[in-house]
Amino acid sequence: MGRTHVSCTINGHEAEFLADAGDSLLNALRDEVSLTGVKEGCGTGDCGACSVLLDDRVTCACLIFAPEAEGTMIMTVEGLADAEHLHPLQQTFLEGSALQCGICTPGFLMAAKALLDKNPNPTETEVRYALAGNLCRCTGYDKIIRSVLDAAAQMNADQMNGASS
Amino acid sequence: MTEDPTTNTGFKWVGTRPIRPDGLDKVTGKARFGADLVLPNMIEAAIARSPHAHARIVSIDTTAAESMPGVQAVITGADFPDLKEAGAKQPDVFQAAKVMARDKVLFEGHPVAAVAAATRQEAQRAVAAIVVEYEVLPHVLTAGAAMADGAPLLHDDLITANVDPAPEASSNVASRALQQRGDLDAGFAAADVVIERNYTTKPVHQGYIEPHAAVADAGQDGRAHLWCSSQGHFDMRSSTANVLAMEPSLINVTPAEIGGGFGGKTTIYLEPIAVLLSRKAGRPVRVVMDRDEVFQATGPTSGSEMRVKIGVTNDGDITAADVFMAFEAGAFPGSPVGAAAMTALACYDIDNFFVEGFDVVVNKPKVAAYRAPGAPIIAFAVEGLIDELARAIDMDPIDLRLKNAAVEGVQAPYGPTHPRIGFVETLEAIRDSDHYRTPVAANQGRGVACGFWFNIGGNSVATVNVHEDGNVSVITGSPDIGGSRASMALFAAEEFGIDVERINPQIADTQTIGHTDVTGGSRVTLATGKVVVEACRELTADMCRRAAKMWDCEVEDVEWVNGHAQHASGTETPLSMAAIAAKAGRTGGPISTTYTENVRGAGAGFSTQLVDVEVDEETGQTKIVRYTTAQDAGKAIHPSYVEGQMQGGVVQGIGWALNEEYIHREDGTLDNPSFLDYRIPVASDLPMIETIVVEVPNPNHPYGVRGVGEVGIVPPMGAIANAIDRATGCRLHDLPMSPVRLLSAINDKNA
Repeated sequence: MGRTHVSCTINGHEAEFLADAGDSLLNALRDEVSLTGVKEGCGTGDCGACSVLLDDRVTCACLIFAPEAEGTMIMTVEGLADAEHLHPLQQTFLEGSALQCGICTPGFLMAAKALLDKNPNPTETEVRYALAGNLCRCTGYDKIIRSVLDAAAQMNADQMNGASS
Repeated sequence: MTEDPTTNTGFKWVGTRPIRPDGLDKVTGKARFGADLVLPNMIEAAIARSPHAHARIVSIDTTAAESMPGVQAVITGADFPDLKEAGAKQPDVFQAAKVMARDKVLFEGHPVAAVAAATRQEAQRAVAAIVVEYEVLPHVLTAGAAMADGAPLLHDDLITANVDPAPEASSNVASRALQQRGDLDAGFAAADVVIERNYTTKPVHQGYIEPHAAVADAGQDGRAHLWCSSQGHFDMRSSTANVLAMEPSLINVTPAEIGGGFGGKTTIYLEPIAVLLSRKAGRPVRVVMDRDEVFQATGPTSGSEMRVKIGVTNDGDITAADVFMAFEAGAFPGSPVGAAAMTALACYDIDNFFVEGFDVVVNKPKVAAYRAPGAPIIAFAVEGLIDELARAIDMDPIDLRLKNAAVEGVQAPYGPTHPRIGFVETLEAIRDSDHYRTPVAANQGRGVACGFWFNIGGNSVATVNVHEDGNVSVITGSPDIGGSRASMALFAAEEFGIDVERINPQIADTQTIGHTDVTGGSRVTLATGKVVVEACRELTADMCRRAAKMWDCEVEDVEWVNGHAQHASGTETPLSMAAIAAKAGRTGGPISTTYTENVRGAGAGFSTQLVDVEVDEETGQTKIVRYTTAQDAGKAIHPSYVEGQMQGGVVQGIGWALNEEYIHREDGTLDNPSFLDYRIPVASDLPMIETIVVEVPNPNHPYGVRGVGEVGIVPPMGAIANAIDRATGCRLHDLPMSPVRLLSAINDKNA
């Protein structure tokens, strides 16, 4: 049974792995590339815990066949911070107590990043709908929504400060 | 106790909102949950499960599976010790039978065999090659049907407990719960209005996002190491040892990060299977459930059938209550009907009541604890009926509750007399809230409901170490499911008077820390918090003694102030923890202590909640427009995580009220074992959940803590039913109040 060789860019670095034709990208990322920050909650695209950015688009990694990742650019939660600084979303999630158990957190962060990349100034309703594909059973979403709005405000303020200096 | 928690408000750390100690790992993907562990030489497992709700196992043929590629071990019920044969207690026999069926399967998804293979796919292919011959038996799915004469029996040796005289024949009724006081007939005779209603609820799942997972590494020496995400690794150890007839201490359980539990991860499913497969294969084995396995084979909470009758005078005195409950236990005894009987009327001071409950086995997965187990189910009925009574006597529903509210000195229905409690304060907080003072919109309805939960104490241990740099490790055995490490760090920071960032809270394995009860019953901040406080106090006293030695003075002349030993005369430079630690070798050795206690004196928890809903009369869909919850925390140690518990409980309750239910087909199989079809609330369904943290200190805790994890899920179903009634004129007595059910009620009303 031959395995497919897959080359792609993961978190800014060239990566390659082997996958069976039927393997999900989720399993490949977790088992072949050791990116266990990508979580499996359902395996059927219903919970969003495995959300990654696939060519900048938020995607459930469990719904993509691993060989489909050939030539793509993938970003997981492990690529969100740089060596010294957290992404503003990570910081506001911490400061806003937006996580309890934390299993859904990587997926929420990636879905929220995809939203803010496209819409830097979302309303509460827009945030709620953008994150409606991600399930959280601990928080009731309240502090997650607030933290995304806080991150948006902070990123906008940072950009204004950057532009004016 | 050095402070009176009822008066001391001068805390420096307690009550603040620092970043949680485990937060960084959780926002960067580093946190290791149950399925994230990889051991050298590890292989993967999969489980063969029953496709039938009730069947006799005629034969299991594993020969084809054993010779398939990659397969290293195959086990069936025959590989487990026969506990019944060995004369074990019935609950232990049942627990073992739940983990792996022996003679009969009792629910769809009941494990019948397991395979360990090089890869998960190979294990799954081998599972598909296991041939099980079943003799399908008639099944029974609801408590009422299971209690009826001639119902199919699940067990041939189940004798109803707590019935006098004990029945001679086996039945599906495992036990009877009873709470009674006063004269029921006289109570109802004194009432001006008596209303009686029937209620039903469906099983609902805890819905944690992390499926169950376990990794086991069994050695040739008879020992085993187990990694799993659970709410109590000591319980995982003792239960696994029971099933495998091992001495518990031969198993070391290391807790993984837990991706949600809500009560559902207080029991074993995979752990003994992983250990046995590992023993047979001679290699570490990982087993992880798929989501459909979680729904089919792990604990929902009970479906129920209830009847409640309450009498009230025209001026609002509740005179009597008569409650009947039949709870589905699933395939083995153990529904929370006993707790439901104790909590049913606990918000109120009622002289005459009779509360009877039955624990009934049915062909569904064995129920597991779910947040305030049993209380939300009966509260849906009682709180709905209280609202109907308030309308019948034309009284404000908060006033009716205030008039009958349990207060200090009232005997709780389940026996003890309430010490200081904060129920009235939660009612008043809602009555005085901006939400309640804002008029309800014309097309909306407003509902209020209350809830009670005991909260518990229990066994906890803390080891506290002061390091050479004066920083502190706080080690406990309580898995952190809601932010308890943050609370432990805050307690220690407060006691030592040092920055919270200098405290490192850790959760140790079962060989490293003493026995600690499960994280459940809202007990961790109270009980594990208390042992942390006491251990820190031992160390501040110890460091004062060491400072006295260093200064060559009497210990009475030394006091602990702001992280330093200070000489009463002011002549000595205060000694920091680092300075004391630097001389520890000369003053008594390393600075460390372990404190252990079976903590008593948990403070009862109360919640009052208020909701505005808007119902689409064309679709029957209910929208939650505004929601406010007031809850007595005793003392909020980390207020953000107290609010988080309150909000999370409310939203689980909203799901339970409006959408969530197990839907079974006629053949007894589950029709909706996925998050697509078992719909839990998502962000776009909800408004912000407004919180009012009430603080009526628990006099039995050094900081006044009561425990906050559970009671928030008790009121929502009643509150939403009351709001829907006021919005539509339709009173629903069955959960969930889904669009199809509500639309049918609206159409009936309009017909």
